[in-house]
Amino acid sequence: MTGATLIKGGTRELEHLARQGRWLVISTVARSGAGHIGGPLSAMELLIALYFRVMTLRPNEPQWSERDRFILSKGHSAIGLYTVLALRGYLPIAELKTFDKERSRLQGHPDMTKLPGLEASTGSLGQGLSVGLGIALGARLRRETFHTFVMIGDGELQEGMIWEALHIAPRYRLGNLTAILDSNGLQQFGWPLSDGETNRGDKRDPWVGVDLKGIFERLGWRVLETDGHDYSMIIPALEQAKSCGTSDQPTLIFAHTIKGKGVRLTEGKYEWHSKVPTHEQLSAVAAELGIEEALA
Amino acid sequence: MKALREVFGDTLVQLAGTNPNVLMLDADLANSTKADTFALARPEQFLEMGIAEQNMVGVAAGLTTLGFIPWLSSFAVFFTHRAVDSIRMLVAQTHANVKFGAAYSGLLTGLTGKTHQDIQDLAIMRAMPGMTVLAPGDEFECEAMIRWASETEGPVYLRLSREAGPVLFDAEYRFNLGRTHQLREGTDILLISTGTQTARCMEAARLLAAKQISVGILHVPSIKPVNAEEIVKAAGPVPIVFTVEEHTILGGLGGLITEILSERCPKRVVRFGIEDRWGESAPNEYLLDHFRLSGTRVAERVLEYLSAGVLTTLPQD
Repeated sequence: MTGATLIKGGTRELEHLARQGRWLVISTVARSGAGHIGGPLSAMELLIALYFRVMTLRPNEPQWSERDRFILSKGHSAIGLYTVLALRGYLPIAELKTFDKERSRLQGHPDMTKLPGLEASTGSLGQGLSVGLGIALGARLRRETFHTFVMIGDGELQEGMIWEALHIAPRYRLGNLTAILDSNGLQQFGWPLSDGETNRGDKRDPWVGVDLKGIFERLGWRVLETDGHDYSMIIPALEQAKSCGTSDQPTLIFAHTIKGKGVRLTEGKYEWHSKVPTHEQLSAVAAELGIEEALA
Repeated sequence: MKALREVFGDTLVQLAGTNPNVLMLDADLANSTKADTFALARPEQFLEMGIAEQNMVGVAAGLTTLGFIPWLSSFAVFFTHRAVDSIRMLVAQTHANVKFGAAYSGLLTGLTGKTHQDIQDLAIMRAMPGMTVLAPGDEFECEAMIRWASETEGPVYLRLSREAGPVLFDAEYRFNLGRTHQLREGTDILLISTGTQTARCMEAARLLAAKQISVGILHVPSIKPVNAEEIVKAAGPVPIVFTVEEHTILGGLGGLITEILSERCPKRVVRFGIEDRWGESAPNEYLLDHFRLSGTRVAERVLEYLSAGVLTTLPQD
C-alpha cells in the first residue's frame, strides 16, 4: 500500500500502518548497519496519527504555506519520521534504502536542507522546541492559522535549552504550538538502578519521582495526558490541541509510551536505543509483525 | 563619533520602518546593546526573549522560515560561547537568515571583566562553515554593513563594540563583502587590523611616521569571506607585516592573515593581540595599555621589533 491518502474513520488501518512502520524502521536499520530503533518505535503511533489523521498537509507540495508543521526535536528518531513520511507519500518507500548512505536525503539526523517536508534540522538535543516556538510566533505575526507540533523526548528534557522554550512559549500565549512528549522512560545509557549498583536501568524513568505534569502546568502549558500507543486516546488529544490554536495557551501532550514498543525483541529494553538486529532477529521480527514479503 | 552599539539600534529602527519583516529579538540586554531604541520605536517588531540565548537563536531560525529577518541583540560572548551549538545546528548548518548583533566584543566591555569580554569570537565564528563574519571599523561602515546584511540572505555575525571611537570613513562609504581598505600607504611595514582596533593603528602609524618609519595600514572589515588577493597585494611590497586585533592572537585576524600569506606570499607576520590569556575588569585605558593595543603601545612594539633587527634577519631570496 502507498498510504498516500488521508485515512478517516476507524483505527484498524492505522494499526496496520504502525506494524509496517515498525518493520521499515527495524529492517532499514538492519540494512544500514546503524541507526536507532527504541525511540522511533515508541513514537510510531504518535507520528502516524499526526501524518494520517491530524495534520493538514499536502505530501506532493511539502512547502505549501498553509500546512501544519511538525518538528522532530528528538532527531535521533529520524528513521521513524522518514518511514512515516514515506508511508504518507512524501518520498518513495524504496528510498528508505538510502538511509545514512552517501548523498542520501535521509541523513542520520533530519536535515531540512536535504529533504523537503522536514521543518527543522535536529539531532543535537533540546533545540527543536525553540524552532517550533519561532514558527508559531511567526505564524501569529503573519496571522496564519496553521498549527505547529514539536515532538520531544523525556531523556531530551535533561537538556537546559528546552526549559528556556518551555518557559517562554506560554509568555507569548502560543495556542498554535503543541509539544508532544514521547515519555518512553528510557535513555541511551541511563542511570544506575540504585546507588552503588552497576546495572543500568531498564524501566527507569529519566524523571522518576518528578512531577513533570505539574511543572508544565505551572509554567503555563495546557497538559493533556494520553497513552502514546492507543489511537483512541492519541487522536482526540492531538485534535483537541489543534482546536486550541487561537487560544492563549500552548498545549503539551504527555504521551506515556514504551521504548521499542510493538516488537518482543526491543520492547522496554534500553539497549535497543541504537543497536542493529542480526539476520535471525530480523526474520523473527518479520514473522511477529506479520510481514510476509520483504517490504524494504 | 558614535558608538557602534548606537548605530545598531538607530539603523535598525530605520530599516524596520520600511521593512516589516525586520525584527529585533533581545536576550534581556537591550538597554546595554541599544536595542532599547528599537523597542521604543518599533514595539510591534521587538520580541523580548529573556535571559535565554540558546532559545533565542532557535526562535530566530523558526521565524526565518516565514520570511522574517531577525536581528539578535546580546553580548558577543553569549552568542559565541553560550549559544554556539544553536548557531551551529540551527543557523549555520541550515543557512538560516539570522543576523547577530554581537555587542560588547573584545576587551572594552564597561568594567565587566573576563566573564563578559569576548576575545575569541572571530576565531570561533570564522571556523563556522556558512557564516559571514564582519567587524566594522567605525559608525559609517557599521551602518552600511547592517543595511547590507538586512538585504542579503544568510547568517551574518556583526562584531560591535561598546565605546565610541574615531571615524575612518564618511557618509559616502559603500560596503562590498570581502573587500579590504588600504587606509594608509607605507613602504617599511604594513599594519593589518580589523574592527575598531584599526583607528588605534592609525594613531600608531602617525607616531611611527614621526620617527621616519613609513607605515601602511590595511583595514579588513570582512573576516569571512575576505578578498585574499587584496591582502597579498598589500603585503607584497613590505618586508614585514604586523596584524593587530582586540582579540586573541590565535585563530582570528592574525590566523587569517598568516594562513593567506604563508600559502601565497610567504613573509614574516607578527601577531599583536591578546596572547593566550584572559582579560580582567579595568578601565579601558588600562586594558589597552596593559594588552599593548593602544596607539602608543602598538607603535612602541613595532619599534621594539624593528630595533631588534628583525628586518635584517629575514632569509634572503
